[in-house]
Amino acid sequence: MHKLLIDEPGAERLLLGNEAIARGALEAGVAFATTYPGTPSSEISLNLFQVSQQSDLYFEYSTNEKVALEVAAGAANAGLRTMCMMKHVGLNVAADPLMTLAYVGVRGGMVILSADDPNMFSSQNEQDNRYYAKMSGLPMLEPSSVQEALEMTAYAFELSEQLHEPVILRTTTRINHSSAFVRLGPLKKPVAKGRFNKDPFNYVTVPAVSRRLHVKLLENMAKAAEISESSAYNTVTGNGTLGIVCNGVSYNYVRDAVTELDIAERTKILRVGMSNPLPADKIKQYLNGCEKVLVVEEGEPFMEEAVKAFAQEAGLTLKIQGKGEGLFSRLYEFDPAMVRRIVAGYFGVADIPKQKLDLSDVPEIPARPPNLCAGCSHRATFYAVKKAAEGMDTIYPNDIGCYTLGFLPPLSMGDFVICMGSSVSSACGFSKATDQKVVAFIGDSTFFHSGLTGLVNAVHNNHNFTLVILDNGTTAMTGHQPHPGVDMDALNMAGYNRISIEAVVRAVGVSHVTVVKPFKIKKSIDAIREALAFKGVSVIISQEICTLYARSQGILKPRAFQVSDRCTNHRDCINELACPAFYLEGERVRIDADACVGCAVCAQICPENAIVPVKSA
Amino acid sequence: METLRLIIVAVGGQGNLLASKVLGEAALLAGIPVRMSEIHGMAQRGGVVESAIVFGEAQSNIISDAEADILLGFEPAETLRALNKCNRETVVITNLSPVPPFTVAIGKGAYPDLAHIQDLIRAKTRQLIAFDAVALAKAAGSAMALNIVLLGALLQTGRLPITAEQLETAIRTKTKKAFVDNNLKAFRLGYEAAERATRST
Ligand code: SF4
Ligand code: SF4
Repeated sequence: MHKLLIDEPGAERLLLGNEAIARGALEAGVAFATTYPGTPSSEISLNLFQVSQQSDLYFEYSTNEKVALEVAAGAANAGLRTMCMMKHVGLNVAADPLMTLAYVGVRGGMVILSADDPNMFSSQNEQDNRYYAKMSGLPMLEPSSVQEALEMTAYAFELSEQLHEPVILRTTTRINHSSAFVRLGPLKKPVAKGRFNKDPFNYVTVPAVSRRLHVKLLENMAKAAEISESSAYNTVTGNGTLGIVCNGVSYNYVRDAVTELDIAERTKILRVGMSNPLPADKIKQYLNGCEKVLVVEEGEPFMEEAVKAFAQEAGLTLKIQGKGEGLFSRLYEFDPAMVRRIVAGYFGVADIPKQKLDLSDVPEIPARPPNLCAGCSHRATFYAVKKAAEGMDTIYPNDIGCYTLGFLPPLSMGDFVICMGSSVSSACGFSKATDQKVVAFIGDSTFFHSGLTGLVNAVHNNHNFTLVILDNGTTAMTGHQPHPGVDMDALNMAGYNRISIEAVVRAVGVSHVTVVKPFKIKKSIDAIREALAFKGVSVIISQEICTLYARSQGILKPRAFQVSDRCTNHRDCINELACPAFYLEGERVRIDADACVGCAVCAQICPENAIVPVKSA
Repeated sequence: METLRLIIVAVGGQGNLLASKVLGEAALLAGIPVRMSEIHGMAQRGGVVESAIVFGEAQSNIISDAEADILLGFEPAETLRALNKCNRETVVITNLSPVPPFTVAIGKGAYPDLAHIQDLIRAKTRQLIAFDAVALAKAAGSAMALNIVLLGALLQTGRLPITAEQLETAIRTKTKKAFVDNNLKAFRLGYEAAERATRST
């Protein structure tokens, strides 16, 4: 049985924040869940996916976040408790349905999880998604601990049903990827089948309907504001005159800070757990007893600006600050010592920092940047494209996935990356705006996510570039989730259809399509050369399963190669491929037999034929 | 109990996440509150993985610069890199078997000298326990048991509010059945190595 299906109310389990969120949903009887994988949210989906195979829960990996939200919207309006998970930038993709779903509302409780990533541990920006709640008019909850993540998730379904609106549950990486012991509550059996009651004058958002629905949304927001005023998640502790307003993980840093600074008695802490709508009256009342207030929130001055506005309305002139010089930054994440230092400075008490070590005499430590795995097929594809395009003036728009790492030298195959699917569409722009040869890269999962629309655009507008689809049979970056091109039968999962990328590409009207096996270097280079020479949109589909995935599935039987005495030590292999299986022993090139999987790309590019299989004795 | 802050640094694939899990489970058996957080975004592609484990009543689950009470390093250069987390009172435990970054492996950039790494850490912190944990893991039956060897050493410092029995129970329940015997042996070898290292300093 899956560990999240254990029905032992009161039991304590060590859970990852993301597991606690999944458990919270199960305790609320979630019946329907959709997602597109994205760190730091991925483990929520992974767990629900596994649970769905042992229960009535319906789960799907959708092609992108917009689709995931739309699918979920249907289920929620058929009355099911529904959850839709994504990382912060995913909500940008889903923003279109989000804004209007807020008008339409939901019947079954619906929770939209947004996993924000302050400090960008694995993201392209650090946007603060609290503004989405404000913009859409949807209630937002923000947990401060793993235990609370579980409880709040379950509560979010209740709140959603109470308001007939989706509720946005916002976490940050430090909730998603932290672990703690949590007390489990009882599981609730999901209501797996619902019914959609036709009601076009409330569901079909033509202008006349939407004009009314917007009124309804404002009424719902007013109800939500009332709930926020008395919400047990918006808590005040202490009754001092030094005010601290905080949310999420900052609350923990604040509690530690006031304890360590020994000012708990003098402070009054407002922890905001329901951050949209903010409890205006509660905050005004809170401010009334404060001498001065510090707002401690990662990201943007979301609460700071609101609290200042509330103070103005209440005619209060006390000092309220958060972001600013000597105070908190809008950049990156907070840490406990930073919060303690700023709290101490703001309230004029002495900080007691631990003495930092003098590290001036520590020699430079070589960096350890992430790298494409040994035997990763992307390396082979990048190499082949580079060879095929030798001498050309090129631009390489790249996309989001492991293969983004191809931008690193020596491959240097990435010139522009902004978001999922952008490689194809930006290639359209580059190819029109310049005389350079444009070669765009996109992964298979990303292609289905949002590359397809760009490709349709390119064909329709008769653009001129080569698109290389790196088809490694999985969503590698986020931990090997399936996508519509994956052969689910091979994973012993029935009931899915497999979409052939090649057939899709041909169907949208690309006439020059070639499928290559990237580990066959010469053939690949030839095929790519032909594609580059083609005028119009040409597509290369480079097909080879993700090596790490193949290894973990036991599909791959690694066969190591070695460098023989024929080696003349010019190091073309290392300098052009940078496969991490290579190392130098003294001055000689060697291959780490444990890391080498036997892709044999290096063996094919070695001009001396010096790289040969290790003979199995 | 007083708050105890432990940082674990490793290279992706060395098994530090499992080590954290075992520690967390042992803490539950000991009735000690524990909070952990980890950064493992790009870990499987050869990057650094860092876990923070906070035992006791503190609410934060990450550890600021200079605030670690114990630093447990799975890889010597990474231990050195994480010294910014330490202060004069920090106890440092490190494996001495290097995993050179790729740039170093191919001769670009130098790996710091192992003896020098140890001298530096010893001079700046309260105590250094350093030994080749990979060799001991192999002796216990599998290089993969490196993480458990280091847990043995960690326990030997006596700083954790956890007993050997509690940790062994956690190893039994949280690591794969087929490896339990290897792991228990690895645990003991790590414990003994730390004892020797402590005696010789
Ligand atoms: S996980 Fe797969 S796709 Fe990603 S770098 Fe490794 S082998 Fe390549
Ligand atoms: S490419 Fe071949 S000959 Fe050149 S260094 Fe590598 S193994 Fe030796």
